[in-house]
Amino acid sequence: MNVAEGAGISKIPTGIPGFDLISYGGLPKGRTTLVSGTSGSAKTVFAAQFLIQGILQDHTPGVFITFEESPDDIRKNLLGFNWNIAEWEDHDLLAFVDASAEFGHDHIISGTYDMGGLIARIEYAINKIGAKRVSLDSIGALLERFDNTTLIRRELLRIVTILKQFGVTALLTAERTEEQGAIARYGVEEFVADNVIILRNSLFDEKRRRTIEILKFRGTDHQKGEFPFTIRPNSGIVILPLSAIELTQSSNFDRVSSGNDELDHMCGGGFFQDSLVLITGATGCGKTLVANTFLNAVNGTGNRAMLLAFEESHDQIFRNARGWGMNFDQLEQDGLLKIMCVYPETRNLEDHLIEIQKNILDYKPSRIAIDSLSALHRVGTPKSFREFVVSLSSFLKFNRIASVITSTSAYGLDGFSVTEEHISTITDTIVLLRYIEFYGEMHRGLAVLKMRGSSHDKQIREFSIDGHGLNVGRPFRQVTGILRGDPQHVSLSEMERLNQLFSEDKNQ
Amino acid sequence: MKTVLRLYVTGTTPRSLQAIKTLKEICEKDLQGNFDMSIIDVLERPQLAEHEKILATPTLIKELPPPLRRVIGDLSEKEKVLIGLDLHSHS
Repeated sequence: MNVAEGAGISKIPTGIPGFDLISYGGLPKGRTTLVSGTSGSAKTVFAAQFLIQGILQDHTPGVFITFEESPDDIRKNLLGFNWNIAEWEDHDLLAFVDASAEFGHDHIISGTYDMGGLIARIEYAINKIGAKRVSLDSIGALLERFDNTTLIRRELLRIVTILKQFGVTALLTAERTEEQGAIARYGVEEFVADNVIILRNSLFDEKRRRTIEILKFRGTDHQKGEFPFTIRPNSGIVILPLSAIELTQSSNFDRVSSGNDELDHMCGGGFFQDSLVLITGATGCGKTLVANTFLNAVNGTGNRAMLLAFEESHDQIFRNARGWGMNFDQLEQDGLLKIMCVYPETRNLEDHLIEIQKNILDYKPSRIAIDSLSALHRVGTPKSFREFVVSLSSFLKFNRIASVITSTSAYGLDGFSVTEEHISTITDTIVLLRYIEFYGEMHRGLAVLKMRGSSHDKQIREFSIDGHGLNVGRPFRQVTGILRGDPQHVSLSEMERLNQLFSEDKNQ
Repeated sequence: MKTVLRLYVTGTTPRSLQAIKTLKEICEKDLQGNFDMSIIDVLERPQLAEHEKILATPTLIKELPPPLRRVIGDLSEKEKVLIGLDLHSHS
């Protein structure tokens, strides 16, 4: 990369949510960027949204040159996003150059020709409304209509050169035949190779996953790799800029109560306000109770709590809470508790994330519980899920919300579930709940496995559940192998012998 | 019925001039004066090019009699032009 050249390239913020973050400021100004993708990868939406965001941001006029769909189809399709193209056309903020194929417009070729008509129309449209942004969608459709591919490529290069002379920032879409491999059909990237963006819509494990990747911006920097995106009814393409969220949030020693004095004590005085607590355990061993206890503790703090429930309905949650002596009805009435019950399969993970973030920003809770994260695991691909977990946790930390996340696992230390593999390293506290059976009797055990930034109780405590909720009791004595999932009774004399062993070690 | 022909060109390039020359020949010889022909420079009147959705220049459009026909190129292959305009039988 030529440094002198790089210094000369400025970018224009596109306004497409997330794009300006992953591109470090937008599209290279006054240049043409190739957007390549397979059929159905949202190229047209991207091309249209680029123009529309310009209009919405600061009334920047744009020209849409369409080779594939007719302007009428585009107007209709974009109304679905609440974008009223016709109105902007009336105000000279948007103009079409209709180069779509029309029935009866077949032609016979006699002698040589060029794209002079098209170029004259593009120049006319740009001049007429004073366009600063131009989208061409998609050049494959143009190449298919004329027999002379070499000529069309040369003419496209001419168009790109003219757009540069106009100083407009342009997007040019092109088809790919497969998700990996050549950048675009017909080798069109050769003449607009300065900037290339790839849109993907890959199928993995019967689930679709849309991503965007900036392949190159010549002479200027951008984030590398694929970023997931989704298409939303009222905002179009929304990109989730994962790594753009940095761990810059401040940290302090403010503590919040877990809702149980003993558990607070085990954690060295409660959870940290800006921390993520993972409650892990087998099904039915009390994770929801711990989460609800934490929410209930918002009572009297003057703050608000929020529950994202992916497994139980609103009524079920309230009935359970009553059974544990918690008055959720009152909390909800007082506006201190908001419960979002969502069936995991209703949307994809990208949409879940956006919806959750929106609700949190609206309600501004100081503590939140997610019950359970495992329920979301089946919705997306493993990669989507990992990205979801990372995005959500950085969002919660950034907004300094004390968060309790439950996760179902069959085992504890020796076998973290897939959910936990993604989240255990970014959580600050891990609370492990276990069934413990000995002498034919079922007990429940609770342990704080990890407490970042604080000392904590290393013992495994017995706990019980009754009409008052969670009761954390005495540590298990004379039992070993609980974490391994294989509790064994140890006789008193054996314990004494073991203690002796360590004290002798210390003496030496 | 008069044959109505519109030729869209870009300025006075050699290609434009070649197309105009061939078209005039066809009008005189093959249409024997029974025609209405006009030449439109898209650089001067881009709205008309937009309206007719002209991409390539030169483009010759036979508007009447139906069906509508389009021939693109400098018309240097005259035989093809006549086929394209459904005029072959006259030649």
